[in-house]
Amino acid sequence: MSVFEGFRFRKVSSPIHDLDPRVKFFYVCILFVIALMFNQLLPLIVLFFVPLPFVFMAGVQRQWLRSLKGAIFLATIIFATNLVSRYIYSGYVWSAIMLEESIALTFRFIVLVAAFSVFFLTTSPDHLGLALEQSHVPYEFCFAFTTAVRFVPVLAEEAQTIMDAQKARGLELERGNFLKRVRNYIPILIPLIVSAIRRSLELAEAMESRAWGTTKNRTNLYVLRLKTGDYGLVVISIALLIVATYIWLSVPIPTVTTLLHM
Amino acid sequence: MIEVKDVHFAYPTGVKALRGVSLTIHDGDFIAIMGQNGAGKTTLVKHLNGLLKPTEGEVIVDKVKTKETSVAKLARKVGFVFQNPDHQLFCETVEEEVAFALKNFGFKEKATKKRVSWALNLLDLEGYRQTSPFMLSGGERKRVALASVLAWDPKYVILDEPTIGQDYQQKEKLRQFIIQLNAQEKTVIIVTHDVEFVAECNPRVVLMTDGKIVADGEAQKILTNEKLVAQASIVPPQITQIFLGLADLGLPTDIIDVHEAREVLITRLEATS
Repeated sequence: MSVFEGFRFRKVSSPIHDLDPRVKFFYVCILFVIALMFNQLLPLIVLFFVPLPFVFMAGVQRQWLRSLKGAIFLATIIFATNLVSRYIYSGYVWSAIMLEESIALTFRFIVLVAAFSVFFLTTSPDHLGLALEQSHVPYEFCFAFTTAVRFVPVLAEEAQTIMDAQKARGLELERGNFLKRVRNYIPILIPLIVSAIRRSLELAEAMESRAWGTTKNRTNLYVLRLKTGDYGLVVISIALLIVATYIWLSVPIPTVTTLLHM
Repeated sequence: MIEVKDVHFAYPTGVKALRGVSLTIHDGDFIAIMGQNGAGKTTLVKHLNGLLKPTEGEVIVDKVKTKETSVAKLARKVGFVFQNPDHQLFCETVEEEVAFALKNFGFKEKATKKRVSWALNLLDLEGYRQTSPFMLSGGERKRVALASVLAWDPKYVILDEPTIGQDYQQKEKLRQFIIQLNAQEKTVIIVTHDVEFVAECNPRVVLMTDGKIVADGEAQKILTNEKLVAQASIVPPQITQIFLGLADLGLPTDIIDVHEAREVLITRLEATS
């Protein structure tokens, strides 16, 4: 259940946490675009290190490494399918360049995960909801989104309690063949779903009794405004994009294989 | 006998819930574990049926270390009724709900039927046999949860916050029921901060604060000790508060039972008149 800990809202303050979520999202999108522009290994390795100062300034190294660890499984699959399909495509002949290309595409995936996890690790769900709202997404959607995110840890905790309660009645989750194991989860899923529905109805009543949706134009206690740091990040992002485009258009990128042979 | 030996426990999030707890529970004991929220009461009782394993120290249930066995095996001996019945009810009928654990423990069909009837009868649920547990009231659901645990006749019964959300009559029924269970040689452990309920039951009280046991003894001794009680953030029972306030009249201060209080007052009044 510790996987869901990441969703738990923590009020943390750092230069990165305080940045405008819209600008952070813009920055991550630029990294995303650049990662898609290149399919050579060298620039992708460089790109991997670009968000690092970000991670350290926000002080989220541990969580960041954990999310990278979580990506290892998928990365391995990407690497394996690339390598195998290249091998088959080239008529069952091995070459170093094949290996390099596969590593490069795996790295591209890792770069994307690294960049996006920085965004999610340093942006609270509330902030995200606020950003959505100020980007003129209808408030109902913003509210549904933030509520959903907010209740993930609550539900995870509840699932744990239900599991304990059923184990105390002799339920063994790990017993039996595959089908039996799936069925073992019914005594956990039903109370969980029932209580989630109950909770949502209660939430709806509580919201209505607090006049939810009375006025079309809600006002917010907190309003996102761009500050100096935000403008700085916009400039950095655009500069990154310009440099990347220049390299992409006019600098020949050597492969690591040729560099090693020199 | 359940032995808890210098148990420490920390949750994966790093929260230290138990800091060196030692406790011996004898067969036939009736224990109330009390203390404020977050004192570690529920964490402690979750160790007794192996749902949690100590990070340090050990828990031994009838000579078996909980670290070396499974929850399912321990649960056969140690029945645990959770606070919120909605966390366990999932079957279509009350009957199936009560039979669920029996099937898990591998009871034969005939024995299962017999035990289900027995448990439903015991908790006055016979009329709801074919009803969906979700259609019942809160108090009834709690009784179904209790029946579903008592059905397999565990040697130890743990009740987590049994009085929450119950009205006075239900509480009184529950009290009589617990005392009846205890009289039948069952070891009963309740986790609660309902002081009045405990005062009426008069069990052995284990008081917890900050993951440690701060007092262990008769309810009458502990609940009338203002210092101890304040340390655990609970208040003495009302009747005790009255007698603590009348201490200057030379009345005893260790009273938790209303009937006893009546006797004391009558004797006193007769003496003065």
